[in-house]
Amino acid sequence: MNELLKLVHGVVNWGMDTAESMNAGVLIDASVFYALMWVSVLAALGVVLCRNVVHSALLLTASFIGVGCLYIYMDSPFIGAVQFLVYGGAVAILIVMALMLTRRDDMAHSNLSRSLFCQAGAAVISGAFFLCISVASLMTQFREMSAELGDSVTGLADMMLTKYILPFEVAAVLLLIAMIGALVIAKGAHES
Amino acid sequence: MMDIFSLSAVDILNWSVHIGLTHFLLLAALLFSIGLYGLLTRRGIIPTLMCVELMLNAANINLVAFNHYRPVTDFSGQLMAVFSIAVAASEVAIGIALAFRIYRERGSVNIDELNHMKG
Repeated sequence: MNELLKLVHGVVNWGMDTAESMNAGVLIDASVFYALMWVSVLAALGVVLCRNVVHSALLLTASFIGVGCLYIYMDSPFIGAVQFLVYGGAVAILIVMALMLTRRDDMAHSNLSRSLFCQAGAAVISGAFFLCISVASLMTQFREMSAELGDSVTGLADMMLTKYILPFEVAAVLLLIAMIGALVIAKGAHES
Repeated sequence: MMDIFSLSAVDILNWSVHIGLTHFLLLAALLFSIGLYGLLTRRGIIPTLMCVELMLNAANINLVAFNHYRPVTDFSGQLMAVFSIAVAASEVAIGIALAFRIYRERGSVNIDELNHMKG
């Protein structure tokens, strides 16, 4: 009887300790993170495993939107907005357009994968990569401290137009070159 | 270095509830591995491009997470993510233009058939 009481006491103490270390804010924080994480990871798995390439493209958009929500979770609303506009908007539409322009006869089996042997090799390589990175990041003790940085849009604009003005201009030129290059490649330079 | 073999259940529960930098690094590693698997197994050009986009996204998560959870004084990480997104956007535009061109010339978007430059 005494031992049973001691066991119950231990369990209750464990529960109290656990409950003390958590509060509603932390729990809500964690559940938001895990919900967004599962959205982006499951959608990414769908991209890789779907047989129909149109489904893959739509799931890719879902994964992008999940990642964009994670940026907003990390107090980076500007990057989140850029992610929604560029990835969730432009890249998704580009990919779906390209799928429509290069259509095959049978959409249901349009997303072919290689042989089973090749798939096993790819699974081993990517699994080993994931294992390496996760062990490295679990073993490293980061000195975490969320610094108060203020408004991210103002800060980014200041940096873009002062210290990082040259990369900013180079990125603008790169986008222009990419646009002209894409037009020339898709249309054909010698055709009128 | 953290001793991961002597952790109790309470520690693990605590760790999994207090979201920190490590969680984001693990998420990014998972997304990158999924993209890598797709890159190695898909046979079409456009599915391959989609997997490259997934991997670029994972790298961007790392940049923003380090900027948020490390004691930094400015937004350099987020700025790098903006530039990375710009480069990724131009990469996908060029890649899709190439895919379209190859489809028009060959009538196929299977990478295994693109072996004209093989020696």
